[in-house]
Amino acid sequence: MTSEPGARIRLENVSKVFGRQAERAMEALSRGLSKTEVQRQYAATVGVFDVSLEIMSGEIFVIMGLSGSGKSTLLRLINRLHQPNAGKVYIDGQDITRLPTKPLRELRRRKFGMVFQNFALLPHRTVMGNVEFGLEIQGVPKAQRQQRAQEVIDTVGLGGYESSFAAELSGGMQQRVGLARALAVDPEILLMDEAFSALDPLIRSQLQDDLLEIQDRLGKTIVFVSHDLDEALKLGGRIAIMRNGRLIQVGTPEEIIAQPADDYVSAFVEGADRTQVLTASQIMRHPTVTAHPQDASCTLLLKMERSGFGGLVVVDSARRLHGYIGLDSVISQRDRKRLDPDSLHTLPTATPETKLGELIGLVTEQGSPVVILDAKERVIGIVDKSTLLAALAQMPSEEDAPDQPSAPQAQQA
Amino acid sequence: MSYQLGSPLPIGQWVSNGVNALTNNYASAFNAITAGVHFLIASLRNGLLAIPPLLFIALVAVLAVSLLGWRRKGAWGLALFSILGLLLVLNLGYWIALIDTLALVLASEIMVIVLGLPLGILGGRSEIADRILRPILDVMQTMPAFVYLVPAVIFFGLGLVPGAISTVIFALPPLIRLTTLGIRQVPAELVEAGNAFGATWWQMLIKIQLPNALPSIMAGVNQSIMLSLSMVVIAAMIGAGGLGNVVLEGITQLDVGKGFVGGLAVVILAIILDRLTQAIGKKKRSL
Repeated sequence: MTSEPGARIRLENVSKVFGRQAERAMEALSRGLSKTEVQRQYAATVGVFDVSLEIMSGEIFVIMGLSGSGKSTLLRLINRLHQPNAGKVYIDGQDITRLPTKPLRELRRRKFGMVFQNFALLPHRTVMGNVEFGLEIQGVPKAQRQQRAQEVIDTVGLGGYESSFAAELSGGMQQRVGLARALAVDPEILLMDEAFSALDPLIRSQLQDDLLEIQDRLGKTIVFVSHDLDEALKLGGRIAIMRNGRLIQVGTPEEIIAQPADDYVSAFVEGADRTQVLTASQIMRHPTVTAHPQDASCTLLLKMERSGFGGLVVVDSARRLHGYIGLDSVISQRDRKRLDPDSLHTLPTATPETKLGELIGLVTEQGSPVVILDAKERVIGIVDKSTLLAALAQMPSEEDAPDQPSAPQAQQA
Repeated sequence: MSYQLGSPLPIGQWVSNGVNALTNNYASAFNAITAGVHFLIASLRNGLLAIPPLLFIALVAVLAVSLLGWRRKGAWGLALFSILGLLLVLNLGYWIALIDTLALVLASEIMVIVLGLPLGILGGRSEIADRILRPILDVMQTMPAFVYLVPAVIFFGLGLVPGAISTVIFALPPLIRLTTLGIRQVPAELVEAGNAFGATWWQMLIKIQLPNALPSIMAGVNQSIMLSLSMVVIAAMIGAGGLGNVVLEGITQLDVGKGFVGGLAVVILAIILDRLTQAIGKKKRSL
């Protein structure tokens, strides 16, 4: 069997059910029984049921769902850390579900890198020792693998920490080590299991940016598991939404938001009516860190680093809006005492009463944040993409989600 | 009322017959084991006795300080204790007995590690092996130590070797159990990471499981050394000699003083060995 060009990973009707009565549970599932019913009748835990999808070479594919939806199981089926009960998994056209131990091991060494939620770093090894781990497993000579590890350590911005132990690093830095370890083997496919979920929002956002940047440069195929819609929309070229082990919808972020496949997905991305209800004053972020027109560029850089944003809104002491300064223009004039007023970008503005729907239009058209001004033209808030998404995405818990057993075949968008 | 149900099953007879059959059919194998173990103990003993006592004491003190780390107060305390304790033993005239016992304990511990580590690893890696090992270990640990002495004497004769063998049987279970435990306690995510990067069975063991299980394994080594020391007196009953013999003489001659002094020497040796092996475990842990 050959797959069409570009499809790096292809799953065909893959299922994974845990438990002694997995076979009978599978049969019950195909009759349309729900995950909870199967759990009760057969004491079997449904990981993934009847999932088919293709992941293209070079894309970031986000698998999304609540906890227990089977997204991590699906990820582990791709490198066969879980043996599927049924279905086929093709990597570059090769079915790996029947591969004997040795070639499977070779395949994992050659094609896969994996990053884990709780980092899974080896506590008895230094950063260097962890990053060179994959190469060591492959039997690469010491000098060569350390040279390669050093390159990757520099790539993820950990230079200087080579001889630190994992426990001495912050969470964000530990996950950089995890990322470096996966990148060191130069894998074609990067599997990331809730890789940034254990990190606080600011660090998470930085790592997401870094991942996008790395992806830009290296063009890996990345499969990223997340429960965070914000993250999925930011990273995902395409997003797959899982629920109770079944695949509900696959599509680009725009498709998912514009045409949710069912009530469950729309509950995820609910926004159609909210856009007409919510106003800017309800969703805006208060600009905690702003730039002042008199700020020296080193001050600006410091503020950006502290806040984690790549740009700042420039506001004077009377809280009047001067514009927006990006990281690039700060760096380009880093020797100057004052900001060049011409280097500021103008920003779209809105009032506190502007509706969410209108704000979405402004943000997507201009691609920059919208500044909210009060009646006296003073800056009182900012609305950017992540604020919008936070307002649009309100994640219901599994009990609240409308129960709708959907036909498994009609899922793919 | 009858306090007997049927005629007694001849379990004791079966065991005796089995032991007799083994001694008759595998005499050469037992002789080979005896020679090997004897050689191990004798070379350890001669090697240790070749060191002048005062130099030996100094070496123990240096070892204490280097293992615990010279910055730590405890290291100097242990060094001082070792010097005073060992000088006392030397003064009391039990130096050779002490070295005899130390050689016996070290030889037993070497055998315990050689047998126990692979078995413990097997139990940690395989559910079936663990299920087979568990009841055997239970028997080994709860069977009164004196029971080992008789077959040990029958198989290996009187003297050092049966003493060492029964000590090994007595001291083996904690190392196996703690090795198994240590391997099982390695976080699942680490094992998964090893698999995801394509580690072989052996690479998984050497690079992930053993380093992470090391504190637990060292606790097992420490426990088995302590158990072999407690076996010393019992083993003396079949002629293993050493400090156990001093205690035994004290008991048989109703000489309370001699018994106490022999026991004191055992305790001094036990404390030194305990602190030193614990230090090895801790040192690796802090890495």
